[in-house]
Order: sequence, then structure tokens, then C-alpha cells
Amino acid sequence: MTPTLTFPKGGVHPPESKKLTEQLAVEVMPLPAELEIILGQHIGAPCSPTVAKRGEVGEGDLVAEVKKGLGVPLHAPVAGSIKAIGKSGHPIRVSVPSITLKVDQAAGPREWTAADWQNLDSQELLKKVHEAGIVGIGGAGFPTHVKLKPPADNPVDTLLLNGAECEPYITADHRVMLEQPAEVVEGALIMLKILGITECYIGIESNKPEAIDSMTEAARAASGAEYQIKVVALEVKYPQGSEKQLIEAITSRKVPAMALPSAVGVVVQNVSTTKAVRDAVVLGKPLIEKVVTISGLGIKRPANLLVKVGTKLSDIVEYCGGTKPELARVVMGGPMMGFAVSSLDIPVTKTTSSILFLTEDELDTRPLSACIHCGWCLDACPMGLEPKEIGIYVEANRAEDTEQFGVFECFECGSCAYVCPAKRPLVQFVRLAKMKAKR
Amino acid sequence: MWNVSISPHVRSSESVEKIMWTVVACLVPPLILSVFIFGIQVLLITAVSVVSCMAVEAISQKVLGRPVSVMDGSAALTGMLLAFVIPPGVSFLLPALGAVMAIYIGKHLLGGLGYNIFNPALLGRAFLLATFPVAMTSAWLPPMTDGAIFSYFAGGIDAVSTATPLAVMKEQGMAAFREMFGTPSEIYTSFFLGWRPGCIGETSGLLIVLGGLYLMYRRYITWHIPVSLLGTLALLSWIFGGESLFTGDPLLALLTGGALLGAFFMATDYVTSPSGKTAQVVYAAGIGALTVLIRLKGGYPEGICYAILLMNPMGPILDSWFKPKRFAPPLGGEK
Repeated sequence: MTPTLTFPKGGVHPPESKKLTEQLAVEVMPLPAELEIILGQHIGAPCSPTVAKRGEVGEGDLVAEVKKGLGVPLHAPVAGSIKAIGKSGHPIRVSVPSITLKVDQAAGPREWTAADWQNLDSQELLKKVHEAGIVGIGGAGFPTHVKLKPPADNPVDTLLLNGAECEPYITADHRVMLEQPAEVVEGALIMLKILGITECYIGIESNKPEAIDSMTEAARAASGAEYQIKVVALEVKYPQGSEKQLIEAITSRKVPAMALPSAVGVVVQNVSTTKAVRDAVVLGKPLIEKVVTISGLGIKRPANLLVKVGTKLSDIVEYCGGTKPELARVVMGGPMMGFAVSSLDIPVTKTTSSILFLTEDELDTRPLSACIHCGWCLDACPMGLEPKEIGIYVEANRAEDTEQFGVFECFECGSCAYVCPAKRPLVQFVRLAKMKAKR
Repeated sequence: MWNVSISPHVRSSESVEKIMWTVVACLVPPLILSVFIFGIQVLLITAVSVVSCMAVEAISQKVLGRPVSVMDGSAALTGMLLAFVIPPGVSFLLPALGAVMAIYIGKHLLGGLGYNIFNPALLGRAFLLATFPVAMTSAWLPPMTDGAIFSYFAGGIDAVSTATPLAVMKEQGMAAFREMFGTPSEIYTSFFLGWRPGCIGETSGLLIVLGGLYLMYRRYITWHIPVSLLGTLALLSWIFGGESLFTGDPLLALLTGGALLGAFFMATDYVTSPSGKTAQVVYAAGIGALTVLIRLKGGYPEGICYAILLMNPMGPILDSWFKPKRFAPPLGGEK
């Protein structure tokens, strides 16, 4: 086997905890009674509803769109009627505008028929991606069509597919790569055509050998004189799937601080996003469902579920047999960067990759103490920042002086807080510093 | 409703307590050996030192209105290290007084764990050296060879005092040194294994190095400080330590005067040393150079204690000079 690639500076090795779900095939969750579709699903402007209360919609029909600013339209995940246009719980913003959709259980799933895309030009393909409401599934949810249209002064030569899935527990991308490799590769071909380039690398951490094999097979079948798609094995190290670290690992190029990957000629897309692009272009199917890993020792039956956008956590818990009494924390997203939620009355969005039900044994709730200057955070930080100093300055009410330690280059991966023996909440300190420090 | 603290939700199993108690454990083998070399009273001195440090820590934290964290192991470690740098024949009063200086003044009045500028144990030793100069420079015991570790209880300590190797070399010259400690190969062997006069913890170079290597294996310390410190010390001792240039004995310089204990267990103290690797190399080289300067030109035969104390406040400054290398600068360079 060829040696695995990685980023050179920093990183940590948390327990992978993927055994709970990595062998479980994706199962389709039955439709719940209601969906809660948040209007601001991701980064950028929130949508405004295009439907009225009591209106009837079919699966995939437009229900909201962006009036102005950066964003993508929103579609009905299933057929049903609009029960209300009101508020929903949200993991970060507590309460946000949303549409409540009463599911029509009798309607049955819509048939999406495949169409040929080879004759479409890049503008037409891009329009399909935009209209399907596709955003980055892995992280912040940046609109995909914007990433596929890099600025003219930054010519792009490489497409990277991110299959690292470096967060512990999560196996959603793993299952997609294993079960639908051809679809992912077809999505890559579509994006290569949109970008007008020929070279694509798919980075996968070496703890997913089956996914590496299946993707290598599919990539070989699709590569030829026109397009070259190559799978590269990556070292298992967090945060391998961070955009800048992934680009450095595979291409040895360093994205400058505050710049986008296109500054070094690269576009990065998550593998599940790529699959969604394929569905949008080939089937005309908008982004209305996604694979979510349900894991942790606090849920009765861990699973990889295909759920509709808007499915509430409470419905998922019920489907997975309920929670165990030892459950101590519910996290949306990975254990390193995800958000803890206080209630199950919160829906899945386009960017939810996992829901973790963690017990006291999996968490570490020991209280913080003073920084002992061990310097472990300096060694762990993949960006070469000084987390300990940021924490000390914030504690001393000098958050505005933390820019010198690189607080604005921090992407909050949590590696520093993971290794900190004094259990200092360094990510929290960084967020406070970012709020208070003026640029 | 569940606990909703901020990410990351998983954390490594390491903790301050684990680090501190592991370092304490690494100091136990040299302590046991010291009992067989100097007698059972070193165990009592160490016990007084450790208990005093922990008691002073608890009282200080109560008095200053801070949470009492005496079981985090940091005070126990200071007590252990304090005992290691005092002679084996001193009164039990000394470690107790040293503990007050080390923990109350040196640690808690300067802000508590994490904020103290100077290594508390060495501050305690410096205080004892200034207030009990005779005991601290003459209460040396010759190593025992008969294994009669209780003998000093019966016969008393005063009658058997001796001198440390570096003091003999400094005050009486190389000839007297040879006469007292034997041929160079005998000296290296006995000093490395531990049979020689000295402080409680500076007996066996072998056990100190093994303890330090274990801390490296656990990744609690890295090679940067010990290698840089000992390298500088050996190099400068070789150049300037002899009768003429380049005739000094670098190996002897490493095996005497607590150099190994200082390099692996004192200079590597997290709080009082720099955090960045480059800064650590410079910091430790400074300690090595100051140690040689004090040994050759100063009034004390040893020197690493003051060298470390002098470099301690340089830690934060060196960290601000040698910052970690950022991932990549912004486009158009730094603002």
C-alpha cells in the first residue's frame, strides 16, 4: 500500500469510535408525521417562504427561496401540506423561522428519472446545482454553486473530494462512498466539467480501507484520456478533513490566511455533497434528504440513517429505540466541533452529519484549572496559533488584544482543548475573543 | 435538558494531576537509592518536605481564598524536588522552612500554580542556602557501603561530614579531587551509579536519566530542554573547565553538581520554562552557560540552581521572541 499523506503541523488522535456504526448499511428512515424545515439552513442569507399556510406541496417542490444575497432555494422533502410558518428550535440560534410540513403519508415516494447530462454546458450544469439547493454537507454549508464558480483571477486546476471524515463516530460519508461510489464519481465528473478542469483527487483516511477500495475501483472506471480521478489514502489524524489541512496534505499547497482555496487553484467538495450534485444534475432531485450517523453509547440502536431534511431529533430517537438512562449529552455534528443541544425538538438540516448521544464515560466534564504552560496546545494547533495565550488574555479581560496570537485564523477544530491537561475550554475562549476583538 | 457545554465534547485522558504524580513517581527510584547510600534519615527529610509543602499549599489557598487543590500533585512534586536539592545531613527544620518559602511566597503569593515565575523548589533551596549557609554547604555524608542505613541514628551525623566532589575540585584542586575519589573511570562509574557525597537527589545519574527518559516516553517532556542544557554545559565545560582551553572534563561536569536532576526535572518545569520548542532550546542553553559561569567564576561550586532561577523569568520573553510558525501568512504579507 502506498504511504498515507497528511498535513505536517499539529493535529491530534482522539479515539475513532467508528466501530459502533461503520459496518451498518444506510437504512431509510420511515417518514415522520411532521417535518420542521428551518429557513436559514446554512451560512448566508435565510430563505423566504414561497408557499402559504395550508398550501399543498409535492416532494421536491420549491417552498422557499432567497430574495437577495448568498443562498440557495429550499424544497419540500416530501409531499404534504403546510401546517404553519412559524418558529423552530435551533442548536445555536435557539429559535429561528421555519416551515412546518404535515407529511402526506399516502402520497408515496416520487420517482426521480435519470437524464443525460453530457450535452449540457457548464452554465446549465451550474444552474441545476444552484436550483437544487445544494450546500456543503460536511461543514458550514457554503452554497456549492458559489464554490464551483471561483473568481476569474484565481484559475483553478484541481478538484479535491473530501472523504477524510476525520471526526470521531461519524460514518455517513464512509457509507456513501462504500454503497454509492459510482454516483460520487459521476458527481466529480460533473463538477470537473463545470470547472473546466481535468484533475480530481479523492482524499480518504486510511481507517476506511473498504471505502478506499470501492472508490478506487469507481475512479479507475471513470478516468480516461479526458478526466483523471485518483484516490489518495490519508493518515488518520484530526483535523485531516479541514479544508486547508486537506489541501496541504494532498497538493502541498498552503492556502494563505483569510483566503479561499481558489487562491491556490483548488476547489474542495465533500463526497456526500458530490453525490448530491450528481443527484441534482442526473435526476433533477434537490437536496431534501441526507445520510446521518446516529451514534454514541447513549442511544439504544446506533445507525446510519437516510432521513429527510426537517426530521426532528425526537422522531429519530423514537425510531432508534430510545435513549439509555446514562445519556448525558446530545451533540449535533461530530464530538470535536459539533453543537450540544438541550432539547430533541430540533430538526435535521442540510448540514447535519451526525447526532451523537454521549454518556458520561465518553465525555470529560472535569473542571478547568489555571494554564500550566505545558505548551501541548501549541503542538496540537494545526494553524500554528497560541491557544493558551488567547485563553489567558480572555480570562484577564483583554480579548481585544488577542489578534497577535492568530485568533482570526482559528477555525475552532478543538485540537488544543482536546489535549489540554488543565481542561481549559480553549474553543470557548477563542469564540469570546473573536466576538470582542476588532479586526 | 442535557449538559450543553461547548465543543470539543471528547477530551484526552491526560490531566494536571496525572502529570504531576507521574513526575513524583519518577523521583521515587533515586530516593530509594539515596536511602541506601546516606541512610534512613533522607526518607524522613523527604517526608517532612513533601508533607510541609502540601500543608503550606492547603493553608495558603485557604488564607488567600482560593480553591484548595492540594491533591493535584504539584505541591507534592515541589516537596520532592526541594528534598532532592538539600544535603542528607541537615536538620528536619530546614525542609519545613524551605517549604514555606517555596509554596507560600514562591508559588501562591506570585499567583498560584501556572503564574509563579520561579521554580518553587529551587527558590526554597536558594532561601535555605542564604539562611543556613553552613548546614547547606557542609552537611554532606559519605556514601555507605555496608548497607547499615540506620547507623546515623545511633552515632549521630556531625562526626561524619565530608565534601562534595565539585567543592573539593574548586577549593582544593584536581590533585586532592583525584586522591579523594579515585581514577577517572572509578569516578565516572561511582558517580553514574550514585555512590558519592551530594544532595539527596543527585546521587545516581543513571536513575535520574531513566526517569527523564520515561517522562519523554510519556511525552510529558521533550528532548529540547535536557539536550540543549546538558550539551551547552558539556561543551563549555570542555572548552573552559580545564587548566588551559579545551582540556576540561565534560563528562564530569554532567555527573556532578545536580546537572542531570536540573536538566530533566527542574528546567523542564512547565510553568517556569518557555512553551515553544525554539524558545526552550535557547532557554536551556542559557541555563547551561550560566551554570558553567557560576561554577568557574562564581562563589558556589555548583551553580545550576541559580542558573535556572536566573533564566526562569526569561521564559515568557523567549516565548514572545520565538513564536510558533503560522500555517501561512495572509495574501500580501502581514499587516
